[in-house]
Amino acid sequence: MPDLLLELFSEEIPARMQRQAAENLKKLVTDALVNGGLVYEGAKAFVTPRRLALSIHGLPAKQPDLKEEKKGPRVGAPDGAIQGFLKAAGLQSISEAKVQNDKKGDFYIAITEKKGRATQEVIAELIPSIVRSFPWPKSMRWGSGNLIWVRPLHSIICTFGPETEEPEVVRFDIGGVQSGNTTLGHRVMSSGEITVKRLEDYARKLEAARVVLDADRRKEIILADAKNIALAQGLELVEDEALLEEVAGLVEWPVVLVGEFEKEFLDIPSEVIRATIRINQKCFVLRDPKSGKLANKFILVSNLEATDGGEAIKAGNARVIRARLSDAKFFWDTDRKTKLEARLPKFEQITFHEKLGTQAARIERIAKLAKELAPVVKADPAKAEKAARLAKADLLTEVVGEFPEVQGLMGKYYALAEGIDADVATASEEHYKPQGPTDRVPSAPVSVAVALADKLDTLAGFWAINEKPTGSKDPYALRRAALGVIRIVLDNKLRLPLLGGAFRKALAALPAMPDPKNVKDAPSISPEEDLLGFFGDRLKVYLRDAGARHDLVDAVFALEGQDDLVLIVRRVEALGKFLDTEDGKNLLAGYKRAANILSIEEKKDKTTYAGEPDALKLTAPEEKALAAAIKTAESEIEAALKSEDFGAAMRAMAKLRAPVDGFFDKVIVNADDKAVRENRLKLLNRIREATRHVADFSRIEG
Amino acid sequence: MLDKTDPLSPSRSFQGLILALQNFWASRGCVILQPYDMEMGAGTFHPATTLRALGPKPWNVAYVQPSRRPKDGRYGENPNRLQHYYQYQVILKPSPPNLQDLYLQSLAAIGIDAKVHDIRFAEDDWESPTLGAWGLGWECWCDGMEVSQFTYFQQVAGFECAPVSGELTYGLERLAMYVQGVENVYDLNFNGLEGDRRVTYGDVFLQAEKEYSKHNFEVADTAMLFEQFKMAESACKKYLDAGWKDGKQEEHLMALPAYDQCIKASHAFNLLDSRGVISVTERQSYILRVRELAKACGAAWLKTEGGRA
Repeated sequence: MPDLLLELFSEEIPARMQRQAAENLKKLVTDALVNGGLVYEGAKAFVTPRRLALSIHGLPAKQPDLKEEKKGPRVGAPDGAIQGFLKAAGLQSISEAKVQNDKKGDFYIAITEKKGRATQEVIAELIPSIVRSFPWPKSMRWGSGNLIWVRPLHSIICTFGPETEEPEVVRFDIGGVQSGNTTLGHRVMSSGEITVKRLEDYARKLEAARVVLDADRRKEIILADAKNIALAQGLELVEDEALLEEVAGLVEWPVVLVGEFEKEFLDIPSEVIRATIRINQKCFVLRDPKSGKLANKFILVSNLEATDGGEAIKAGNARVIRARLSDAKFFWDTDRKTKLEARLPKFEQITFHEKLGTQAARIERIAKLAKELAPVVKADPAKAEKAARLAKADLLTEVVGEFPEVQGLMGKYYALAEGIDADVATASEEHYKPQGPTDRVPSAPVSVAVALADKLDTLAGFWAINEKPTGSKDPYALRRAALGVIRIVLDNKLRLPLLGGAFRKALAALPAMPDPKNVKDAPSISPEEDLLGFFGDRLKVYLRDAGARHDLVDAVFALEGQDDLVLIVRRVEALGKFLDTEDGKNLLAGYKRAANILSIEEKKDKTTYAGEPDALKLTAPEEKALAAAIKTAESEIEAALKSEDFGAAMRAMAKLRAPVDGFFDKVIVNADDKAVRENRLKLLNRIREATRHVADFSRIEG
Repeated sequence: MLDKTDPLSPSRSFQGLILALQNFWASRGCVILQPYDMEMGAGTFHPATTLRALGPKPWNVAYVQPSRRPKDGRYGENPNRLQHYYQYQVILKPSPPNLQDLYLQSLAAIGIDAKVHDIRFAEDDWESPTLGAWGLGWECWCDGMEVSQFTYFQQVAGFECAPVSGELTYGLERLAMYVQGVENVYDLNFNGLEGDRRVTYGDVFLQAEKEYSKHNFEVADTAMLFEQFKMAESACKKYLDAGWKDGKQEEHLMALPAYDQCIKASHAFNLLDSRGVISVTERQSYILRVRELAKACGAAWLKTEGGRA
């Protein structure tokens, strides 16, 4: 079976686009082949800064033949219809058509056989159209041509042929670039064209011409060399996957070198050193394995085996890093000359969101909310308020302006340098947490108050102006904010009612909002209820990831007034444990049976069987026992719930199992006596009601 | 080989570096222009770039352009930042297929050998909101230092560029510091001589940096500058209106004088900005006003004999 090799050789492709482009190329080409009836055995895409390549293994030499039937008009139909059919089916005369019949009589049918085309022909057609419409995030024209590509496209390899033979070039022309079987190696360390056949010799010859085709291999080389060099220096590499991925997209032939900067710069916070070196220079930092502190050395990845052994490259990079660190040091020193408090008035000129006012107004709201939440989280209200007021101040510092990812952290450093209380200072860093699913959840009370206030204000604000996340779009990271609130509340076991407490407070603090009726597509329910629904969905996702059953979450959420996350989770846990027991399983089965019978009979009778069963009409001992058991269980459950002891509530409910089983064993619900039947149905309804104190059992699966 | 003892060697003198680039691009068929005689923020503002990048006519040019960035002044105290510096600008239209190679050759001509130095093309999209222009390309790195901008113009003055111009912009001071191995711009050797005859960049420009920083941040007459902006803006519109031949919008006779006023407005805005008298919201509207002028000038240029097909 023949193989296809494709290479699109261009000027430097932005590193951030490379992976996706390789995937897109593979998908677009293989999909198009499969659509054309060409099924392949395997495909692999490659990318370097200057080339996108694709190898498809095991393609058939031609497409399968296709038989096509076209139904025509009835025999004896008017001539116009016949002529139209002939034209559409590509027939010369009606004698070429066959006649078939169905229930209504004879009709014409044209059977055309479409010969499968040679795979090469299909490829020659589909590659140009894929190249012309390739989904680059940004693309451009160059010279006098009209072709669009991420950067000027210089040459194309497209070969096709069986493993054992010399493959042929699939010929086509895309905007003046003709396909062939040659390419170039490393820009500096190779010369002349390379002629290739298929993947194996392509990759081998590129390697000889100082190009490592596979991005993952480049990553491995960089990582292994960087670790070895670090080790040789008695140091340890600070690993950074995102940087590694990026750097592997900046070189075709990675050469790892180590450079040095002055020890004096180590006075700058290590996060700032790392950010400077990483973002501006795409270099890795090293640390001392014993102390864990940064070393005054860095790892750079060049694209060249330099004739001087890399001395000039090292010196050049070190020179730039020195200049960058001088800037950083200057920023760090300058920033500490202005107190955080003194920066605040500037926020009055900065808009947070056109409908939600200035940053200053937002900070005021967060401060107020943090103070109100303080007692709930056992924080000192005055500290919480002060911390909230200062938490964003570092956004106006030079260091954060330069390196946004150290926001919060710098605030902490500056606050500590000013001699501000450590709890208040720490909140600056921690109030942004948790940033992602793996990030730490703050636990210091002041940090917790500010973190909650910050997130709740954001959520309330965007809910009030109805700019909620939709599908994959969540520009204000509201899902992350809600999940953050959930994790903070649960991890710290905070008893914070959301609906009437947190949400209403946050919403009330917002600037005057337009009447929801005038907001486009505003939901019919209040923002706080809508927001609670959003939290419910987030909580479900969160608990499911933590291993809980989503139906149990639903069953608890379906109850009225569930807005206390800690209680919800405890109830879900207790319910889950209960349902794992024999009693639980049987009671659930009994419940389902009761609910089924009820729904059938209620439907039949077009009524609902609510209300107390009449004790005098209870005849069978089992139904008497059940009625009594329900009463006892209900009062026990209520008492247990009042003391928030969900385990006890479940145990009380477990006591229903035997009477329920006994009832279904011995008692016929649909008794002949109408009154007895009605009474028994009411009894069934009482089972439904009793369980509803704990959860909506109708939402539980199984 | 470059003779490193020659005072005009690019690694010995600032002027030697400039001369080497001039010679290199002249030998590649470029018209070598002298700087435009107006204050501007970058070589891109020169009509030889902004206007000549429009329309179908081929155009290859190289020139030094003094670039004024009032806000970047540091009173001569920062070793890397200047409110007045030199850009070396090259425009090749249409962009030739070997533009990257030409660029590497130009680096070799100033003593940067790609077999010793790690030259990299790192993604950098270029956009000039004031000129209604954008392009894709790279910042070119030499051993981790950005030494040039490399851009394929896609749009200028709001018009699609067809053919596309390739633009190379070299930051001359930074390159010179690198090839001379100097850490402070004011220490650059300007004339390549030694001893008493040595003239440094500081000898030439330090006084100016101090004076203009004071001027740009503290003293520049804002009332006058606001007025100048308005006058330039209205003059630009007036010349554009008056430039249509026979009053019909078919042929234009005065795109260049009108564009001069656009450059003036832009510089007045930059000075006002550095004086800190333009608020964040106003800033955007000033940028838009300059862009409207640039667009109208571009439209007019495309109707001139020099600018159209």
